[in-house]
Amino acid sequence: MKITNTIVEKHGLKPDEFSKIKELLKREPNLLELGVFSAMWNEHCSYKSSRIHLKNLPTKGKLVIQGPGENAGVIDIGDDDAIVFKIESHNHPSYIEPYQGAATGVGGILRDVFTMGARPLALLNSIHFGSPDHPKTKSLLNGVVAGIGGYGNCIGIPTVAGETKFDSTYNENILVNAMAVGHVKKDKIFYSKAKGLNKSVVYVGSKTGRDGIHGASMASAEFDENSEEKRPTVQVGDPFTEKLLMEACLELMQGKSIISIQDMGAAGLTSSSVEMASKGELGIELDLDKVPCREEGMTPYEMMLSESQERMLIILEDDKEKEAKKIFEKWDLDFVVIGMTTNTNNLTLKFKGETIGEIPIGALASKAPLYDRKWTKTKLPQKKINIKDLKKISLEDALLKILSSPNQSNKSWITDQFDQMVMTNTAQRSGADAAIIRIHKKEKAVAVTVDSSANYCKAHPITGGKQIVCESWRNLISVGAKPIAITNCLNFGNPEDPKIMGEFSECLIGLREACEFLDFPVVSGNVSFYNGTNKKNINPTPVIGGVGLIQNTKNKINHILKKEGNLILQIGKTFGHLYQSFFFKEIYSITEGPPPEVNLSNERNNGDAVSKLINSKLIASAHDLATGGLILALTEMCLPSEYGLKIEKPQKLSNLMEYYFGEDQSRYLIEVEPKNLPNVTKILNENNIFNELVATVQKSYFEIFGEFKIDTNELYKINNKWYNNY
Amino acid sequence: MNSSVIVFPGSNCDRDVAFALEKLKFKNTMVWHKDMHLPKSDLIVIPGGFSYGDYLRSGAIAAKSNILNEVIKAGKDGCLVLGICNGFQILTETGLLKGALLRNKNLKFLGKDVYVKSLNTDNKFCNKYEQDQVLKLNIAHNEGNFFTDPDHLKELEDKNLIPFKYCDQKGNINEENNPNGSLNNIAGIFNDKKNILGMMPHPERMIDKIISNDDGVNLFTSLLN
Repeated sequence: MKITNTIVEKHGLKPDEFSKIKELLKREPNLLELGVFSAMWNEHCSYKSSRIHLKNLPTKGKLVIQGPGENAGVIDIGDDDAIVFKIESHNHPSYIEPYQGAATGVGGILRDVFTMGARPLALLNSIHFGSPDHPKTKSLLNGVVAGIGGYGNCIGIPTVAGETKFDSTYNENILVNAMAVGHVKKDKIFYSKAKGLNKSVVYVGSKTGRDGIHGASMASAEFDENSEEKRPTVQVGDPFTEKLLMEACLELMQGKSIISIQDMGAAGLTSSSVEMASKGELGIELDLDKVPCREEGMTPYEMMLSESQERMLIILEDDKEKEAKKIFEKWDLDFVVIGMTTNTNNLTLKFKGETIGEIPIGALASKAPLYDRKWTKTKLPQKKINIKDLKKISLEDALLKILSSPNQSNKSWITDQFDQMVMTNTAQRSGADAAIIRIHKKEKAVAVTVDSSANYCKAHPITGGKQIVCESWRNLISVGAKPIAITNCLNFGNPEDPKIMGEFSECLIGLREACEFLDFPVVSGNVSFYNGTNKKNINPTPVIGGVGLIQNTKNKINHILKKEGNLILQIGKTFGHLYQSFFFKEIYSITEGPPPEVNLSNERNNGDAVSKLINSKLIASAHDLATGGLILALTEMCLPSEYGLKIEKPQKLSNLMEYYFGEDQSRYLIEVEPKNLPNVTKILNENNIFNELVATVQKSYFEIFGEFKIDTNELYKINNKWYNNY
Repeated sequence: MNSSVIVFPGSNCDRDVAFALEKLKFKNTMVWHKDMHLPKSDLIVIPGGFSYGDYLRSGAIAAKSNILNEVIKAGKDGCLVLGICNGFQILTETGLLKGALLRNKNLKFLGKDVYVKSLNTDNKFCNKYEQDQVLKLNIAHNEGNFFTDPDHLKELEDKNLIPFKYCDQKGNINEENNPNGSLNNIAGIFNDKKNILGMMPHPERMIDKIISNDDGVNLFTSLLN
């Protein structure tokens, strides 16, 4: 069959990319080969627009065992324990089919973690929806939440933390990012790099179906005249099979049979086999007659491009087939040797005794296109608003409006749909600054959090990029953890637009600066471009997944008020920055101006001081200040507790809104028993940390003298009604 | 005391309950669903999870597995059997316990802490609880809405075969504190002889104050009395 320009275009390849393919092959590819190229050279697999920028991120550190480039990152948490984690997007599928899109997003990220030998410990998610008034939002929210829960609950991994946000920028393109965290013994980490010639390549897991074939949209009669029907392009998840696959893989990993292992994620059999061969500098030959298929009459093209879920490729040591097969049979899973490693450095595809495709591995991997796309800088927006000119609103009205808004409302409607307790090591569930997962049968625990600040990134990408890293760091500090490393999911619009590419590269500059300064390296991640519809791009939304260590779970701390009479101190200075704040957006629909400034030295010093106080057991609770500023942070400490707060008036700032709602960075709240106050202030003063008394814990009422006084039960009701009424 | 935890493909609370049993000094064995024989057991636990992916109907396929024949025999002979969550669903599917677990009334998965009241302490499982003690336990299920016919319901109430009912923090049993729509707020039931207990809440998740609380401990330690 002649490859026409139309076919090339439908494979998402540009004319010059097609020329490059012909040059690399020294001939025209056939349709199968073209399909393989399109799967490997697309943005998702090749990172062709982002690689050049990603390489600037700090990825090394004393505790980094494996940085980006493997299925997931690995960090050292002492003794013989390591933590494996990664975040990944499943945005586009989730918009088309929210339940399955979100479910398979969870399934995919779990495979990335257990492929490395780790038993998954926890799941997190960051989900962004359009405006609640948008006609699709409600069904998308319902479907995505049910899909995330449906997969995690069934496979039995607790979903412990997440963030849910609504903004019209996501009306036509929601974001569904899933993160998984696992535990592995340091000497039992598995990698995807192939080694050795003539080793068996084994296919395990589910059968291959027609789901997820990228070109299912290509309903052109030429290449699937034999296929009776089209499956939707969204993959269908089966958490039950994944549970079996996970147990079987972890059982096989106890022994010494595996040389390398790779899950079949995006671009399925194609990318898994190419990646293994490429890392091992080997060739790989696959006999496609042996691929277990769900349907009859599947073509090699379909087999190579199917994204059916719950499948793995394993390269086995000699003579280990029998032993390995027995394990997979026990779990009722397919186990078929479908090929072997070769010295040709080619991907060789055979079908019905003939070689039907042969492509140099290098052409698919290292020689894939790499673009240094044009990008433009974003200037720091100016401050043009005088708060005195805005229509007056009382502090109480503003607070209540924000507390009952979709973005600030209590999210138990969502988290109640997740099993947070299975595995019985969840020491802090969702709703805190970070979740805490104890390592099975040990004293230590990991703290995990996901964060994003799209409006800050939109306003000024460098500052926004820095800010999210800092927020992640603060959240980990606030639960008593030592921050170790992050994973990032970079959700952006169309990289071919220089403005979007500018948002991307400048966010990364910000990320890099903050990560370097805080010794908080990036160990894994994912880039999702082309988030947008009809030239309308989403706001830049890098999502950060942070992981930290708590040496003894007993030393965990949270943000919930503990005792009447305790004092609330604020660490860090308030300047009253309202641009890009929750307050401006919710109350006045103002979205202009610069984001709050990020001072990395203050961030580090303040964070270190709070850590010191927690480790000295001098404080009863801790909370970071984020969206909504001081007053929202205070309500967050109050709402899950039995207590109220008596809040001080500002001593310097004259404008109450700036004082209470300003989103200045590097700030924390700590709860201190009066008897510990001298020691606490001594430590803070010794370290030159600015601090001030902002409130006192009292019974029943949340009040600011002379402004308002509300029964905390009333406050709770206001904060809890939105989801139930939506 | 010897315990056996039955493991089906899709069980996911097997490790948790085994950990709880071992911590509380049971001598535990994991038993694979394809096994034809049970090891000598004083207690058999059918753990929570999604046995066989909840395909067909939750618990339905597990109820037909090899090992369940042995469990049914042992249960009828008076061996202690505890079914938690999916285990409770499986017990109703085998007929060892009557009734059924329907979809939650809000048609959503429910994962949260709830309060239950201990209503019968005169049995092997609950003798270390106090009568009317309020416990905080965790639930995590799609189908926990207990249903049965009026005669059986009356029998359960009359013979005091309901050890746990959902309640509020103070122990009031009312519709407002019924998370899933269960008849009479039922969270767990016994068979006639009270050697078989099925319950939706997970006691094995409440054995450690650092993680949650220890309200589930007595369910296991009662058995050692």
